[in-house]
Amino acid sequence: MVKEIERAGIPVVHICTVTPISMTVGANRIVPAIAIPHPLGNPALTPEEEKVLRRKIVEKALTALTTEVDKQTIFE
Amino acid sequence: MSLRIVHYINQFFAQIGGEEKADIPAELREGIVGPGSAFQAAFKGEAEIVATIICGDSYFGENESKAKAEIIEMVKGQKPDLFIAGPAFNAGRYGYACGTIAKAVKEELGIPVLTGMYIENPGVDQAKNDVLIVSTKNSAAGMRDAVSKMAPLALKLAKGEPIGASIEEGYIPNGVRVNFFEKERGSQRAVNMLLKKLAGKPFTTEYPMPNFDRVEPNPAVKDLAHATIALVTSGGIVPKGNPDHIESSSASHYGKYDIEGVTDLTEATYETAHGGYDPVYANQDADRVLPVDVLRDMEKEGKIGKLHRYFYTTVGNGTAVASSAGFAAEYAQELLKDNVQAVILTST
Repeated sequence: MVKEIERAGIPVVHICTVTPISMTVGANRIVPAIAIPHPLGNPALTPEEEKVLRRKIVEKALTALTTEVDKQTIFE
Repeated sequence: MSLRIVHYINQFFAQIGGEEKADIPAELREGIVGPGSAFQAAFKGEAEIVATIICGDSYFGENESKAKAEIIEMVKGQKPDLFIAGPAFNAGRYGYACGTIAKAVKEELGIPVLTGMYIENPGVDQAKNDVLIVSTKNSAAGMRDAVSKMAPLALKLAKGEPIGASIEEGYIPNGVRVNFFEKERGSQRAVNMLLKKLAGKPFTTEYPMPNFDRVEPNPAVKDLAHATIALVTSGGIVPKGNPDHIESSSASHYGKYDIEGVTDLTEATYETAHGGYDPVYANQDADRVLPVDVLRDMEKEGKIGKLHRYFYTTVGNGTAVASSAGFAAEYAQELLKDNVQAVILTST
């Protein structure tokens, strides 16, 4: 899906936990996530801490979208 | 003395549990567990599964280097002649784990390895050039077929016998070419192939074109503060009750849902339809997969122009690559028409 969105001409960032799979599939902008069942959360934290964590990942995703890339890039 | 084999399987095939147990760490058990018995029978006394290593798929995916090191130590202690992983059929994380651990065992311990997967498993592209992957059906219903192909190849590998071409042995082509003499010369084979093609009959190419399906990255978003950002997910987030009945695996369609005025996804309003990961956390708070709450905050703060009114969702669990590509090609045109400038796509 990432590739088809990119092909349509829309910049896209893929947030996922197993980033090597995203590389294999062909995403160009990749942001690592926390865990497979909760990529943008962590149930061990309080809801407030969790939202801070989620915000950080989303901010990283937005940084990826505003960064020019010429090849597949993981934004650690 | 029969050949010693160590077998790697996941929590599901060890009958420990489904997704709720996908985070169990690696453990070693003596002898056969689960599908190992089918292999053992097929070896007809020539080889024996001396130990089975069980590891949760999420544990492996989330702690890859640690899991790899632990499993390598376990394999080493058994001094096997061969390491078999799976088969993983079309289970994505399991396939990824099988390919990755097989490659590591081969490289670090110098032991021959074998695994099996469905051709569309994302683990295939990851490992096919490094380890032999037998081509299997897409579900565990194909276990008998998988074992019938994997067991003879396993014995050959363990004995160090030469391996035939992919088409004869049933493994996924690994890019290795071997010189040999054909019975018919090239011109005859080419004309025969052309005649078959003209007659609309099936034929096999001798030189498949490599499939480099890469898409060039689009230019970056210039003005985030005025951009419309859309959310898309393969994590199966849907309004509570899954109104469009998106399947928990092998999804046949996607959903498009209006989130105008929605500032937070709650347990009462949203859930996941995905059957390939433990749904507890996403059902408690779907923002953990689809970060609507955070993007609403950023919209209010003026960090982004707008969160697009609709999100698109499907279940990425054994779903055919062609289906997912088709879904996205379709909704991407809608996103373009709606002047969406960028997409955040989340996966579980």
